[in-house]
Amino acid sequence: MSAPEEDRLGPLARRDGEPVFDEPWQAQVLGLAFSLVDKGLINAGEWSETLGATLRAAADDGAPDNAATYYDAVLATLEKLTAATGALTADAMADRREAWRQAYLDTPHGQPVEL
Amino acid sequence: MSSYDSEKVAQIHRELHSHLPSESALRVKALESLLVEKGLLDPATVDGWVEFYAEKVGPKRGAQVVARAWRDPDFKARLLADGTEAVKEFGFDGPAHAHLRVIENTATTHNLVVCTLCSCYPHSILGIPPNWYKSAEYRARAVRDPRGVLAEFGVALDDSVEVRVWDSTSEVRFMVLPERPGDTDDLDEAGLAALVTRNAMVGTDRDLTPATGTAS
Repeated sequence: MSAPEEDRLGPLARRDGEPVFDEPWQAQVLGLAFSLVDKGLINAGEWSETLGATLRAAADDGAPDNAATYYDAVLATLEKLTAATGALTADAMADRREAWRQAYLDTPHGQPVEL
Repeated sequence: MSSYDSEKVAQIHRELHSHLPSESALRVKALESLLVEKGLLDPATVDGWVEFYAEKVGPKRGAQVVARAWRDPDFKARLLADGTEAVKEFGFDGPAHAHLRVIENTATTHNLVVCTLCSCYPHSILGIPPNWYKSAEYRARAVRDPRGVLAEFGVALDDSVEVRVWDSTSEVRFMVLPERPGDTDDLDEAGLAALVTRNAMVGTDRDLTPATGTAS
């Protein structure tokens, strides 16, 4: 068997002063998720169940126990539950993602990026 | 140089200068713009959200609530009986779709809050949870080894102090009411609130005695 779980644990308190967000999209995705849960578009219980399952799957896959893994899970959960409401399809999300990518590539430096 | 090469160079140049966001950032933009388009989201909501929770709510609201509970026994009784109702006295909403339950530390009891499943937290009172609260490590160890976790945060507990661990869910969010430190009789509500740390309201801090205090 592998080493006991305790051996992989680092001091939690050292993370106390970490910034809550490393990148702006992490703040945006949390804001999106909370807004949709608050509005009831996504059920609160379903949100925590699905986020919990996504986090557990990431840990089982060996993802590092850090903020990046957490926000990746938030994003994946939000995409999944938004698609489940029937409001948006996965295809629509993929198409829109590509549209934004192209807009960023096509927009001259310094100008606002718009679709 | 062939035209193919010059076009390729131009393309690389464009990509270098485009500040193309990460894949994750593009996914978030896609979601947000589609939700706004469908009328499911007010575009101002998300921008305002971060500012609101990170800067306005912070843990400041929780600290105000704790300070009043320390000074006003009747408010404290109401707070412990029904947190969601009691914080309305400040004009604060409790957690949407969930109850706020406040649990009191005493000389013989210490309370620690965790969400073992994901990251449930009383955002409307404490703001955005710290990264450690969301970590797999904390979620597992807070239950299995709460005294070890507390020691890591510098909370040394006598063996006689009982530790209780509370598991926040989508339905019930817990907040700790820490003990009022001694020698604070001269402080008003704002002065007391300034002593209250976020971690004390989660349970990873206990003794809020002011560092500059000169107890006789």
